[in-house]
This record gives sequence, C-alpha cells and structure tokens, in this order.
Amino acid sequence: MTRKPAASARVPDVIPAWYQRPWLGVFSRTLASILGGYALAASVNVFLSLALPMQRSQAVLTSMLLAIVACACVPLWAFATRSALRAWVGVLIPTLLFALGGYLLGAWA
Amino acid sequence: MKQGFRQSMAWLHTWVGLLTSWLLLMIFMAGTASYYRQEISRWMRPELTTAPVSQEVAATNAVNYLQANAADAEYWHIQLPDARNPTITMYWFNPAPKDGQADGRASRRARFGEATLDAASGTPIQARQTRGGEFFYRLHFDLHYIPVLWARYIVGFCAMFMLVAIISGVITHKKIFKDFFTFRPRKGQRSWLDFHNVSAVMALPYHLMITYTGIVTLMLMYLPWGIKAAYPGEEDKFYVESLGGLSEPRPASGTSAPMQEVAALMESARRQWNGAEVATLRMDHPNDAAASLALTQRDGKALSIATPTLRLDAVNGQLLERGGQAGGATATRDVLMGLHLAHFADAGLRLLFFVSGLLGCLMVASGCVLWAIKERAKHARSGRVGFGLRLVDALNIGAVAGLPIAFAAYFWANRLLPLDTLERPQAEINLFFAGWGLATLVGLLHPRRQSWAWLLYLGAAMFVLLPVLNALTTRAHLGVSLPAGDWVLAGVDLFALAFGLCLGCCGWRMQRWQPAVSAADKRRRQAAAVDGAPPTQVARDGGVA
Repeated sequence: MTRKPAASARVPDVIPAWYQRPWLGVFSRTLASILGGYALAASVNVFLSLALPMQRSQAVLTSMLLAIVACACVPLWAFATRSALRAWVGVLIPTLLFALGGYLLGAWA
Repeated sequence: MKQGFRQSMAWLHTWVGLLTSWLLLMIFMAGTASYYRQEISRWMRPELTTAPVSQEVAATNAVNYLQANAADAEYWHIQLPDARNPTITMYWFNPAPKDGQADGRASRRARFGEATLDAASGTPIQARQTRGGEFFYRLHFDLHYIPVLWARYIVGFCAMFMLVAIISGVITHKKIFKDFFTFRPRKGQRSWLDFHNVSAVMALPYHLMITYTGIVTLMLMYLPWGIKAAYPGEEDKFYVESLGGLSEPRPASGTSAPMQEVAALMESARRQWNGAEVATLRMDHPNDAAASLALTQRDGKALSIATPTLRLDAVNGQLLERGGQAGGATATRDVLMGLHLAHFADAGLRLLFFVSGLLGCLMVASGCVLWAIKERAKHARSGRVGFGLRLVDALNIGAVAGLPIAFAAYFWANRLLPLDTLERPQAEINLFFAGWGLATLVGLLHPRRQSWAWLLYLGAAMFVLLPVLNALTTRAHLGVSLPAGDWVLAGVDLFALAFGLCLGCCGWRMQRWQPAVSAADKRRRQAAAVDGAPPTQVARDGGVA
C-alpha cells in the first residue's frame, strides 16, 4: 500500500509515537472487527432470545438471523471510523448494553 | 480511517476480499458443482443402470436387505430413489456392544453401518467405489483432512469475510447501475476491474443471498448462546420446538413383534398427504413391539426445506404423531436454507443458480488477480517485486489456475484408478488435492505469466479430453448417452468440453497478453533506449500485466 492507513486524526500528543504506528491501528481495528464482531453477535443473540415478544424457540431463531447482520456491520464501523479507539468503543458499548440487558432478563443466572 | 467513507470501504473490501479469496474460491467452486452433485455421482458410477422402479418396490427391497443385515439395529434410515438419484442409500445404527464399553464418540461412530442398493434388485450396487458429487458437497462446508468442527468454523469465518466484502464492495461503488453495462477490454487493470464489477454486479442478489443463507445453514453451531440463555439445561428441547420435526421416538419395549409391510405403511402415509410421495424412511427399534416408522414427504416445488413428516406405529400402522407446525421464524429459516440448497429448483432454475455460482467463482478469481495487478504497478515503480506480491501471485496461480486442474484430476482419477485400489474413494480425493498442491507449488517456484498460461492449458486439456477418456474407459460416453437422450451423462461430458475450451481461451489470452505500457513508462523506455540501459526487471516479466 502506498497510501499508508492513516493513524487517528486527533490522537492526543501524550500518546507515545510507537502506539501511533499505522500497522498497530490496523491490527487493533482488525481485532475489534473479529473479536468485537463476534462478541456483539453473541450478545445480540442472547438479548433478543430473551427479549423478543414471541415463542421462545422463535425468538432464539430470530435473534440468530439478526445477530449475523449485526456481526457484518462491525467491520464496516471499525474501519470507517476516525480512530482505532473509537472503533473499540463503538463496538463494546452496544455489546455491553445488550449483554446487560440479557443479564437483567435472566441469562447467565 | 481513510479520507472519506467510500475510501475506507474500498480499503476494507480489498483486504477482506484478498485474505480469504483462495479458500473462498474453492468453497464457491465446490458449492457450484454441488448443484449437480447427483448428476456428478451418476457420471462417476457409469456402471449403474437406471431402470425406474416404484417407491414401494424400492422400500421393500431396502427393508429386506436391512432385515438380513441389520435386524437388531437401533434405527434404520432409508433414502428412496428419485428422478436424480437412481439408488437407495441407507445407514443404520447398530446396538451397543454387549461388553459394556464406554459410549465415546469414536465407538459411537463405529456402530454406524451404511449401504447403497440398486433399487430394482435390492442388492448392493456393483459400481466403482467413489464419493462422487458428495465429495464436493462435503468439501463445500466440511473441507477435508481436518476435523469437521474446525472446518465449519473456518468456512463460517470465510463466509463472514465474504459478506463484509460484498457489503463494502457495494458501498465502494458509486455507479453500480452504470457498471452493469461497462466493460472496457484490452485495457489492463481497467479491464480486470470492469470484469470483477460485471461478474459481481450481474449476480449481486445471488451473491448476497448465497453468502447470508450459507451462514444461516450453520448458525445454530456459530451462535449457541441464545439457546443456552433461553433453554438453560434443556437445549434439546429447543431443537424439537424450533425445527418443527418429530419428537423423540418412543423407547424400545424389549419384546419383539412382527412389523407391517413397509409398502402398506407408506400407502397409509400417502393417504394422509393426499397422495404426495415419500422421500425418506426412518425405522426406530425395528422388530420390537414399540417399532415406529417416521416418513418424510418428498420436497416439491416449495422454497422451504421443511417437508411434512409423520410417524406411524410400525406394528399396527396407527398414526402416532405429525411433524409440528412451527412458527414464523422457523419458516423464515427453512426458506433461507431452502434458497441455499436449491432443492426446489427445476432444470432451468438450477442452471441459473449454477451460472450464478460460476459468476461468483469469476468474481472471486478476478478479485484476487486484480489485487496482484494493482500491486504490481506500485512494485514496478520501485523496481523490485516484494515478498507479499510473490506470495499472492503464487496463491493466485494455485487457486485460479490450479483448482480447475484439481477438479479435473478428481474426474480423471475416477476413470483411471484400478477398480480394486485400496480406499479408492480416498485415493480419488487425494488426487484432487495433489492437483491443487502441485499447481500452487509451480506458482511458488515460478510466479510468472508462463505458469499461468501453461497451468490453464493443462486444466483445459484435462477437461477437453475428459469426454475422450470417458469414451475410452466406459460405455457411458457421448456416443451412447446422446442417442439415448441421457442428458445427465451427456451433460457432464458436454460441460467438461465447454469448460475446457473456456480455460483454453483464458490460457491463450494469458500467453499473448502484452502488458499495457503507461505514458510514463514509455517515456522512461525511450530515455533508457537513448542511454542504452535495459528496461526494469519487473516491467519485462511481471506476472499477469
């Protein structure tokens, strides 16, 4: 690649230069995509399985069909957003919210 | 991460596509071939005759064989012949050994028996040992040589990459409608890009559908967390409730009893179904007083894979249970799976799916070639070929030019391996991978345009000569199948011929290709000619363009 993947646009100067290397940003976004993507899919899967107002077997299947779509959206977000940090935050917040929702509805009891 | 959303998506599309493209190409090719797996299986067992028999005769033959060979099995499973498959295929599960060994996974597998019968005579088929088209079907999601579970995770991972590549590819496109009608030949990188676009855009709904539904077929395995949360400690119940099948069969009573004729049981099922045909039979606890027969209706023209099932008492013939009526989500999933498997497709629609699958193969292949061409332009400027590009070139050669060789090698092995070869089906499969491996090796040792051309020629020759080989080794060749109007056998031969010719054309184009010279390059060459220095190494022999 001649166009080097741009490091985040507004990284504060306090972060040492080493952490701003472009390949680290790509690596971090890749992890956010793969691990975060699956984590989001799993938490959507759990939350909707319990939350959807339908027969539980049907809720489970519906949640799977939607979780696949959620998983596919994560890489798009992770590589479109301005910085790797935002990529992680943008994946983890919905993941944790869905997981919390699932917990409140009785998962992992 | 790039300047602008579209640029970021283009970058993502490039890398997500490239990294899994070689395995994806294999998955696409195997899946496309699987649309005709029954036909391929028949071609690969040319000894089989296709005398049509009624379902009752076939089922009676099957039960007679099982009574003679597996009378004490825990269950029998019988797949009756149909228009595309003339044989009876069946498997059964033998009782646990009396010495009370642990019920481990390996010992469970050892208890399965299987047989393939000639439907008319009821004896094991007298045909060469082969996995036939079944190999491509399994290869498509189980890969080979590695545990099935890992394979399915790997395939799911690749499918997810594919889904992301498709979505980001669509976003990258400003002019998705215009690209439909755009092809600029003989323009190097531009032509490859157009070709990639055309093959992708033409069958875009198909690509999106097949990728998403492919993940759906295995989603119960990829996302078990919802099941665990909604059915704590009783996950088995989920499968019964959601898949709309029959519940567990009743346990064996321990006393033996004579069963009714299977033909009579099928007749009573058909009355329940207003005359619809039976596709599969499963007999639980045969010859026991609690024996029961589960019947599945032949899938007709419906999109959904869900077909009506019912269970009869095998001793007195009474209806025990009907398959549950499942909800909307189940119906949705069944239709999505049905779309992927395309059992509903008649000849014309099946051909359309097959052609779309081929376009998918072309999309993946042109995508990874395009990456190498773009990359080469940059390397040419710096004057040397980097390791990454060399590796991609080698893998491209191995996959794009090598996979056709692998498929052809599998068919050649089927005709040429001696019939008494030990583990003959596995030997055929080994040759498939040998073809792929050797082509990749050639690519690694010599990642040049000549390798492309000659490997494509080799694949072309192997496919074009396949009907000739068939004529020399069997009596199921075009000279017989065409006059008899046997379009299954003739179709495989004719497709091999056409596909081989296409590969030959590709090889020819590759050999005669003159790399497009950019204006800057021209100036540099003119300057070099004046200075008397040779042109750069990369410009002379760099791979494709």
